[in-house]
Amino acid sequence: MTALLLDTSTPTGPRAPTRRRGSGIWAALRGSRKAMLGLAIFAVFAVLAAVPQLFTSVRDPNELAFAPGLGSSRQHLLGTTTLGQDIFAQLVYGTRQSLVIALVAGFFATVLSVLVGVSAAYLGGVADEVLSLVTNVFLVIPTFPLIIILATYAGKGTLLVVLIVLVVTGWSYGANQLRAQTLSLRNRDFLEAARVRGERRSYIIVVEVLPTMTSLIVANFLGAALYSVLTAAGLQFLGLGDPNSISWGTMLYWAQSQQALQTGLPQWSIAPGLCVALLGASFALLNYAFDEISNPALRPVRRQRARRTRA
Amino acid sequence: MRYVLRRLGFFVLTLWAALTLNFFIPRFMPGSPLQALRDRTHNRLSPAALEQMLTSYGFKPDENLFVQYLDYLRNMVTGRWGISIGATLGEPVTKVVGQALPWTLGLVGITTVLAFALGSLIGVVAGWRRGGRLDSLLPPVFVVTSALPYFWVGLLLILTFSVWTGGLLPSDFNYDSGLQPSLTPGFAANVLAHAVLPAATILITSIGGWILTMRNNMITTLAEDYVRMGRAKGLSNRRIMTTYAARNAMLPNLSGFAMSLGFVISGAILVEYVFNYPGLGYLLYNAVQNTDYPLMQALFMLFTVAVLVSVLVCDFATAWLDPRARAKG
Repeated sequence: MTALLLDTSTPTGPRAPTRRRGSGIWAALRGSRKAMLGLAIFAVFAVLAAVPQLFTSVRDPNELAFAPGLGSSRQHLLGTTTLGQDIFAQLVYGTRQSLVIALVAGFFATVLSVLVGVSAAYLGGVADEVLSLVTNVFLVIPTFPLIIILATYAGKGTLLVVLIVLVVTGWSYGANQLRAQTLSLRNRDFLEAARVRGERRSYIIVVEVLPTMTSLIVANFLGAALYSVLTAAGLQFLGLGDPNSISWGTMLYWAQSQQALQTGLPQWSIAPGLCVALLGASFALLNYAFDEISNPALRPVRRQRARRTRA
Repeated sequence: MRYVLRRLGFFVLTLWAALTLNFFIPRFMPGSPLQALRDRTHNRLSPAALEQMLTSYGFKPDENLFVQYLDYLRNMVTGRWGISIGATLGEPVTKVVGQALPWTLGLVGITTVLAFALGSLIGVVAGWRRGGRLDSLLPPVFVVTSALPYFWVGLLLILTFSVWTGGLLPSDFNYDSGLQPSLTPGFAANVLAHAVLPAATILITSIGGWILTMRNNMITTLAEDYVRMGRAKGLSNRRIMTTYAARNAMLPNLSGFAMSLGFVISGAILVEYVFNYPGLGYLLYNAVQNTDYPLMQALFMLFTVAVLVSVLVCDFATAWLDPRARAKG
């Protein structure tokens, strides 16, 4: 029954075993233009998030320090809000929250996916039945409505609430994929050998099973991070985040409630949305590159040919 | 038969889980409809009068939680969804939902099916002409569009086609407020004009996923032996592409399509919010804003049932089309 729900997008069945070393993945990433573009976008945002002070002279982007509703000029690259804040400064400082949400929520959702997915497949029997059932229930329940309801009742999401909600709702897809992959690995010879050697289950899972799934786990992390960025922005856009925090989603919320599009300040809405889209695109591009690594059939034709002649 | 029973069992269990979540989340979180209602009436009513009002609307905070839970389950299943205590104070929830339902079904339903059909078609062609111009151009483009935030695309469209063009296309509501709903061409045209931008938003953001998954499935399928056999038999390319490859490549996409309905509803909340489109998503947003428990519960249940039913239907369709799936169940 689980097998049916599972096959959603790319074939998750028996994949070619992926390369075991990180360097192999790195080499494959370097060879992919999509991946390099994604990485470049991500790097820019990482720098913005780490040292926002370098990019703007404004120190408190929420302070109502300027004349309201200014157009773009040399002092204010993107103009000011109707409340008199510098839009560019808000954009720069807002990077940190979006990035933190993406990475932290993505990380914990992936950990949960690995824990549930791998142990379900490896333990088998009743444990598998129960874990798969829980996974499938979470997979099917419409997430965004649930998130909206959860966030509202948790008292208009502080960062922590948003993170918890994203992890709780974001792990199930990955768990399902990892379970399928583990199932296909379960009876391979190298695991059989480890069992015969008398290794403990936990040792086999950590040392033998997980490393073979690196690229799938990374792909899952990227997927979860993408989901978190988009969902958090949507949530904050609806006004369900902390309205005083500085993030792209909150900027969008204020811009929308001040009718930025209609009152001649479209950049106030469009710029933070563009940043969300760019960060999302960087994760999506990297993810697609990882898909190509773990499923060789999907690699661009030209590159495959080149490799064949070299070999 | 065993397969059918298992699927039905999963259906009932998931529905129960969703309903239970639905019941307990609001009750264990801060904020209460009583407080919300008091705020909205600006303390002009006495607390006793308020409480009486809520009780008559089916909210009984003093009763045993377990009894409330059982009552709630029974009411949800039998369609007694109570009375809205939000902006549409006093209206039966079924009526409020009934007014919004056709708009969401029309807008989101049609657009989703359209995106799926169009996307699959393009994906089949792209996968078939592996390495061709279409195939090398599509993936990177649609990887990016499928990662775009729904609401942002909506905002861009409003800016381009409504604000900058001086209102060429309407950017909010489902029809002009001055019009009376009627079955005239003029009214239909007005409804369509109002649907263009939100529909385009959904189409742009969801078509990419279909193209990519269909292309990838197609590529995997084309490597199968039976496709090679079809070629060896000397069948026409068209025949191999449609009945040999595309038919089988479609199967995994079917369940993906069913599950995507859940994500479509999610996206629809934001799209309907951006365009003030009075469908179910917009209704949920308002219900949450007004702590309208009965309306929220009914909507969340409806969303879950919609996804579950479509997953169920697609499972059966897959089992019917693919004997391997039947054997696995």
